[in-house]
Amino acid sequence: MDYLKDISESLELGTAERVAELTKQALDTGITAVVVLNQGLIAAMNRIGEKFKNHEIFLPDVLLAAKAMYAGLDLLKPHLVRDGIPVRGRVVIGSIQGDMHDIGKNLVAIMLKGAGFEIFDLGNDVAPEKFVAAAQRENAQVIGMSALLTTTMPGMKKVVDLLKSKGLAGRVKVIVGGAPVTDEFRQEIGADAYGYDAANAVDKVKQLVGA
Amino acid sequence: MSDLPGILERLREGKVFVADGAMGTMLIERGLKSGQCPESFNLTNPDAVAEVSRLYIGAGAEIIQTNTFGASPIKLALYDLQDKTEEINRKAVAIAKKACRSHAYVAASCGPSGRLLKPYGNLDPEDLIKSCERQVRALTDAAADAICVETMSDINEAVIWVRAAKKVAPNIPVFATMTFDPTPRGFFTMMGVDIKKAVTELTDAGADVLGSNCGNGSDQMVDIAAMFKELTDKPLLIRPNAGMPILENGRTVYLETPEYMADNCRELARLGVAVIGGCCGTTPSHIRAIARKVH
Repeated sequence: MDYLKDISESLELGTAERVAELTKQALDTGITAVVVLNQGLIAAMNRIGEKFKNHEIFLPDVLLAAKAMYAGLDLLKPHLVRDGIPVRGRVVIGSIQGDMHDIGKNLVAIMLKGAGFEIFDLGNDVAPEKFVAAAQRENAQVIGMSALLTTTMPGMKKVVDLLKSKGLAGRVKVIVGGAPVTDEFRQEIGADAYGYDAANAVDKVKQLVGA
Repeated sequence: MSDLPGILERLREGKVFVADGAMGTMLIERGLKSGQCPESFNLTNPDAVAEVSRLYIGAGAEIIQTNTFGASPIKLALYDLQDKTEEINRKAVAIAKKACRSHAYVAASCGPSGRLLKPYGNLDPEDLIKSCERQVRALTDAAADAICVETMSDINEAVIWVRAAKKVAPNIPVFATMTFDPTPRGFFTMMGVDIKKAVTELTDAGADVLGSNCGNGSDQMVDIAAMFKELTDKPLLIRPNAGMPILENGRTVYLETPEYMADNCRELARLGVAVIGGCCGTTPSHIRAIARKVH
């Protein structure tokens, strides 16, 4: 039985219980957690990301796949910690202050987790100070911010400025995204990267942490 | 009810209506702050809301929308205002009706809950139904002329809205519009709904008028309207954005001029679209130009 292939396929179909069951069996047969993670869960999430980028599947499919991914990931976590497997990077993420929209931000969080990052999700309506404090507390390399409303976008600049004033600029990188956000806006506020969609955001975060 | 004949009756006679344009951006110009609940303005700054409606009516809008896009209890709960659902919605209709002075119809705006239904998110369909019914009841108690379910991307949520409206107020016309993204594979909502699915399910749910708002400028809305027209004989409602937003010196701007939009809206009317208005970025100037070209 090819556990890794089956895990991948079940994950793409969004069948969480099956992914959990197969993950458990794979571990029982002696396949290491990191192999299940990379060749099962992450491989499948990469394909999900690719299909989503090409508009072959849509948000509902991604959300179901994400649930399946979490079902497997929860079982792998203790093993990964015990085996001392380093995470790819640590990212603080949230929707900026005044913005109650979190669907896009959640999608990026899912994709980043699927790519092996540790995510600290601060939710929506997050004050600039909170982003910076969380990044320091969690020792994150990246802050990811989302805005759907043009009126909330200026809050992103405050985070960039705050990092500068605390001498953290460069050490904590900033990526921005969301429907009204553009690369010109990123340049204007001095953020490090702009993700035009969830898949692109993952690529950019990988570049930011040099992974 | 206003003294006007019913909207559906007029639509059956072949009347083409011009509707109003954007509300949110107009309220921001009138003091709405970032992070503030736009619908709370109905209570705290009713004059500003009324002024926006009057400007649109003056520009030629024959249907205006209430400032209730986010006034469902689920959405108001984000600002801890859910207990004011009735007050906010009733006041919104009263403001709009006063601005109309029986010269225009009042369509009550109902926007998405902002949450995802199970199994994609954690919103229980029963809770959504209750939320929709409560808002619709407040709006129709205050005698709105139509319910306008708009900016929908999940067909299941849209259907719940339409059914809720029909259950609470079976005699009030229901408009239902979804927001489509252009993709290389055609138009789909964020949740993967294409125009055919939208037409089928919204019609089955009992919507009287179908269409699309937001998400596209007027060029693409002409394509969307043509696709709707091929699939349904129901009256169509189309509200384009004034193009897609771009940022200039920290300010959002929409590039479609009133004249540019109006030319496309004339094309919409030629295609047989029954209600033509504006979404994000449109202003009374846009509506004035549209009214000139459409009528």
